[in-house]
Amino acid sequence: MRNQQSTQLLFELSRAGRRAHRLGDLDVPSVNVDDLFADEALAETPPPLPELAEGDVVRHFVGLSTLNMSVDTHFYPLGSCTMKYNPKRNERIASLPGFLNVHPLQHESGLQGLLELLYELQGMFAEISGLPGVSMQPAAGAHGELAALLVAAAYFRDQGSDRSVVLTADSAHGTNPASAQMAGFKTKTVKSNANGLVDLEDLKAKLDDKTAVFMLTNPNTLGLFDSQIEEINQLVHDAGALIYLDGANMNAILGITRPGDFGADLMHYNPHKTFSGPHGGGGPGAGPICVRDFLAKYLPGPIVTRVENENATGEEDRYTYQLTSPSDDSIGRVRSFFGNTGVLVRAYIYLRTYGGDGLRHVSEDAVLGANYLLSKVKHFLDVPHGDRCMHEFVASATRLKKEKKLSAMDIAKRILDYGFHAPTVYFPLVVDEAVMVEPTETESKQTLDAFVEALFRITEEGEELIHDAPHSTRISRPDDVTAARRPVLKWTDAAGESTK
Amino acid sequence: MSYLFHTDEDRREMLKSIGAESIDEIINDQVPEAVRMKRPLDLPPACNELALTAEMTRLAARNASADSHVCFLGGGAYDHFIPAAVDEIASRGEYYTSYTPYQAEVSQGNLQVMFEYETLVTQLTGLGVSNASLYDGGSAATEAVLMALSMQRGRNKVITTDVVHPQYRDILVAYLKNIDAELVVVPSDENGHSKPMIDAIDDKTACVLIQHPNFVGQLESVSEIAAAAKEAGALTIQVFDPVSLGRLKRPGDMGVDIAIAEGQSLGNPLAYGGPYLGIMACRDELVRRLPGRIAGQTTDRRGKRCWVLTLQTREQHIRREKATSNICSNQTLLALRATVHLSLLGPEGLKETADHCIAKTAYAKEVIAKSDRFEIVGEGPSLKEFVVRDLGSDVDGLLAYARDNGLLAGIDMTPMCVGGSECSETAVALPSRYEQCFLVAVTEKRSRVEIDRWAKVLCEAPAMATV
Repeated sequence: MRNQQSTQLLFELSRAGRRAHRLGDLDVPSVNVDDLFADEALAETPPPLPELAEGDVVRHFVGLSTLNMSVDTHFYPLGSCTMKYNPKRNERIASLPGFLNVHPLQHESGLQGLLELLYELQGMFAEISGLPGVSMQPAAGAHGELAALLVAAAYFRDQGSDRSVVLTADSAHGTNPASAQMAGFKTKTVKSNANGLVDLEDLKAKLDDKTAVFMLTNPNTLGLFDSQIEEINQLVHDAGALIYLDGANMNAILGITRPGDFGADLMHYNPHKTFSGPHGGGGPGAGPICVRDFLAKYLPGPIVTRVENENATGEEDRYTYQLTSPSDDSIGRVRSFFGNTGVLVRAYIYLRTYGGDGLRHVSEDAVLGANYLLSKVKHFLDVPHGDRCMHEFVASATRLKKEKKLSAMDIAKRILDYGFHAPTVYFPLVVDEAVMVEPTETESKQTLDAFVEALFRITEEGEELIHDAPHSTRISRPDDVTAARRPVLKWTDAAGESTK
Repeated sequence: MSYLFHTDEDRREMLKSIGAESIDEIINDQVPEAVRMKRPLDLPPACNELALTAEMTRLAARNASADSHVCFLGGGAYDHFIPAAVDEIASRGEYYTSYTPYQAEVSQGNLQVMFEYETLVTQLTGLGVSNASLYDGGSAATEAVLMALSMQRGRNKVITTDVVHPQYRDILVAYLKNIDAELVVVPSDENGHSKPMIDAIDDKTACVLIQHPNFVGQLESVSEIAAAAKEAGALTIQVFDPVSLGRLKRPGDMGVDIAIAEGQSLGNPLAYGGPYLGIMACRDELVRRLPGRIAGQTTDRRGKRCWVLTLQTREQHIRREKATSNICSNQTLLALRATVHLSLLGPEGLKETADHCIAKTAYAKEVIAKSDRFEIVGEGPSLKEFVVRDLGSDVDGLLAYARDNGLLAGIDMTPMCVGGSECSETAVALPSRYEQCFLVAVTEKRSRVEIDRWAKVLCEAPAMATV
């Protein structure tokens, strides 16, 4: 039987006068707040928050947690999102008081341990990317895109250049054009060719002396490494533009190839994807960026630098770590304080656990898992772009749609009944009825086999069963249209009563 | 290779199924030889859990934390108490290892939390609608400004003051540089109030950005400023402190159009500045310009009440370059913590927290003002933050002495007045009257004993030798 406290809202559970948290008596003289503050500043009553006992709160939220699929509970082959296992040691270590309870504006002298870690991490990000300038300020991948484009804009402004256009691939993440627009650029879309790679003719046609940046995802969102990369590199740089690499798919190439080696001038990482940070139900992540040396002075700050300590007595105080602005030309900040330190500490622990060789194995197994799934899935679903992929691939449900009126969304919903999270559907936009699968390296062959078996069974099942799926979840096929047409975005007495 | 699954036998079988000789063959097929790495990555060698835990514990112990030291630091991040239930709930893997609720059927937990969070934020702010969170307070302030600019065609002036958080202004400078917008930073008056900004508001003004209580701990004349902005057709954006709303009037009740906050103080650890929680709420009419994710209520095919991500036509995955912002993720886990925290506090708990902050801050002000060496800068009451001038003219040495005595005693404001090493623009400097001053925050966590010790240590610190 399901716990009612999770299907009701906090506000419906509320009873006037209930309380979970009390501070108790003051140990300093009390003050009369009404006398101290002017009337115009004070509220007559505190905000109308719900009133609950601690037991209410705990049972409510624990109950709600059981309504989520998560990496800890289910296989989550959500393409492009890289839902790999989130190591428990990372959580434990990141929660040490010396990392968790440090204030962002405290003096550097009391932060030497953390700053050393962050300094080393900057170096690791530079090594893995092949790009020496690093800023860990941005709070998410898309935030990194924006920060890097602001860096590019500052660079071109310094050059006296009026380059105002950013090119994005038609298979790019939607954040790419949105970030370019936010950074003040106009955007143009470069088409993909029949093989799912950049259409070089279209790229040539769109590159000119107005082009500031070409934003490239490689491996791309079809899971393919663009083998024309050297030519792309040549074309873009000959046109005087920069290459930005969307680092969403770094999971596939760790220790195999580096963005800096294949021509990228700027990039972001998604440490929550590549370096196993938990995704937190949609966040937090982080979006550190790496750039070529001539762009480093424009990076957002602060960054960590170190100086040799002349009076050192041993290894422990050999260096002094400090926060500095990259230069007077820095674009400033894109976020308050240092950045998403908690996510970065987890990435550091992950990288230390694997080391360089281990990291390459990560990518190899990610590629192996994806190709293994591809080799099985292609027997019953079309895979428009080839037999081989990097760490993910995109199948298409068009044939099923024609034959059985089953869409990619139908498959996604039905797979939930089999105890798997759905793959990404309808992305990338360049594949009709796209079903994008990314197993990651942290799934066993047995899990992958069970997933393939479930997918295959679904393609054999009756239409009706699938149209009504999922059947095993608490709710099924919510009405998105009404949600958007008549938005109910908060609880009120009336809204709660009418649909309870 | 701690987290990998495959045995060599598995790998052989999988390769056989693929029809490949080796994983290298698959990779080399796609990645051209010329760009392949010819050497291993130069990273520290792999380290096992036992050794790594020991090493990291040593590294963590080298940091002065709010556990090892008594923390009087604020400036946008505060050492508030976090009830144990917040950590217990947020550490459930079903929350922290899940993803964006793309499949609503298996994400009702997170979606309902988002809906509850949004409701709590509207209750807290007195505004009609909230998103499901943004990166942090600073970037939320800038997103609010961009939102106002996009609403107000033909108006490109953004007015703020020199007592809004300097880092928030730094972000604003970085974001606005490439678009058609003008940032005007109006000097505050001698008490650190932003009222002078009223004179700068004109028919080109898209919005005014104020902070209340502001960076120097002063309350602002929000209603008056908002009324002036409204009359000129401009929007008012307020940076608020969530804890302050246990006692102070809500932004929506003072005529504010968009309210943003750093939500760290609602159940989120200091974590050296992140991850934090950007709170944003606005008037109902502005909902289609509101950046970030929003969860909404609907029914499923069986008529059951449920929750989905909604109004997605504002978002980048549908409108690409026309989206209201590029924001794709949010801070769900921190929003969850804030939701649990506010549920535990309730209206009376929030009020009690604010009252304790107010009383302890008043006490701290009183004890420090007894010393000839220190004076409080600025008139008016404080919620939990105030500025102290060191007449001994050695804030740096003073705070170092306090650190050696186990206290994080305050934030040195002098570097912030000259722009500082982190500030690229004079637009983000604090007024020069805060040179040789430090910013102090006293939360409900500080005991009388701690406050007395803080005052004693500061008073006995050696002053700089006068020349």
